[in-house]
Amino acid sequence: MPFELPALPWKRDALVPHMSSETIDYHYGKHHQTYIDTLNRLVADRPESEMSLEELIHTASGGVFNNAAQVWNHTFFWHSLSPEGGGTPRGALAEALDRDLGGIDGFRRQFGEAAKGQFGSGWAWLVKKNGGQLAITTTGNADCPLRDGDTPLLTLDVWEHAYYVDYRNARPKYIEAFLDHLVNWSFAEANLG
Amino acid sequence: MPVPKLRLHRYAWPVVFGLFSGIATAGPFELEPLPYDSSALEPYIDQQTMEIHHGRHHRAYVANLNAQVENYPELRDMSLEEIMPMISRFNMAVRDNAGGHYNHKLFWDVMAPAGHGGEPSAELLAAIERDFGSLQAMQALVNRAAATRFGSGWAWLIVTAEGKLAVTSTPNQDNPLMDIVPDQGVPILGIDVWEHAYYLAYQNRRGAYLDFWWNVVNWDSVSRRYAEAMNP
Ligand SMILES: [Fe+2]
Ligand SMILES: [Fe+2]
Repeated sequence: MPFELPALPWKRDALVPHMSSETIDYHYGKHHQTYIDTLNRLVADRPESEMSLEELIHTASGGVFNNAAQVWNHTFFWHSLSPEGGGTPRGALAEALDRDLGGIDGFRRQFGEAAKGQFGSGWAWLVKKNGGQLAITTTGNADCPLRDGDTPLLTLDVWEHAYYVDYRNARPKYIEAFLDHLVNWSFAEANLG
Repeated sequence: MPVPKLRLHRYAWPVVFGLFSGIATAGPFELEPLPYDSSALEPYIDQQTMEIHHGRHHRAYVANLNAQVENYPELRDMSLEEIMPMISRFNMAVRDNAGGHYNHKLFWDVMAPAGHGGEPSAELLAAIERDFGSLQAMQALVNRAAATRFGSGWAWLIVTAEGKLAVTSTPNQDNPLMDIVPDQGVPILGIDVWEHAYYLAYQNRRGAYLDFWWNVVNWDSVSRRYAEAMNP
């Protein structure tokens, strides 16, 4: 079974004005689709075509890893965004943020700095480490915290293609819009388990 | 050495305005104006892309490099060409921003308005044919290096220590003069493949940007850089 582009969890214009439908058209319709198509081409008629994305992320390298991880990262990213996003987390996640990152304010400051400081293409993440504590990390290009055994809770794509149509070079404004209006805390709560 | 024709172009007012607004660049390193009007590379590279690329991205590399002078006072007396071969002595901020400054200076210089870039010199063309077979073969290699650079980075045509031409690529703002780069040499042509270099006009179609880019290559500048690399 070839890999397929998963459906978006909302309509393409659902994140306006914080993320335009034009951005979604390219980012989902072209970039995410191209990672799928390239992955399918690279693994065609090979044992890797029977593996899951997670297995490929743990075992593959080179182009297969890059494309498998980018497929997984983007699907995870779409779910990290919500038209009803922003605000603050609840329950166990709120407690864990208080315990490990200085609450929602500490999270916003550290996540914002990490996302801004990732030089070049990459991702910013909120993850749960093996021991259960929360941490903020960044990865370059396609890299994904699953490889280190961490459990991702949320991610923000900081490749320029994620924000250039709407924000040009102003990555900090894009990060602020994510934290204020788009971050999907319900998704992060579900991932905390 | 003749003054390249394109230096006779007048700067667009938005570019001049940009120089006196925004981030202050007090410090030893300076953002020079573009050597041509910001619309001069149209239709291959659009004016808005040029203004943002030069006026915001390049400006930020210069400002962030100047901000490192308090950590490394020796930077004040060093040229970019002197910094690169010892880049491993500095932190990531110097590597990223000195690289960003050098690379973009080179990038503006190796482009010219279509029809004003001249032809490869006889010496450069002979070296290209010797090392790649043909000009077209060299361009195809550069485009392949640029297209397959995953994430942000650059593709380069370099002169190696042996005086040969080679095609390489580097991630982010690294370049072939840096002592941390595996394929070292003197760059005589570079193509920026950060998405900011092409996204407004080409979006995800990096290949189309690369094909069109050769319409604005400045062979006079590349030929001069080749001669200087061969006779340093
Ligand atoms: Fe992306
Ligand atoms: Fe650039």
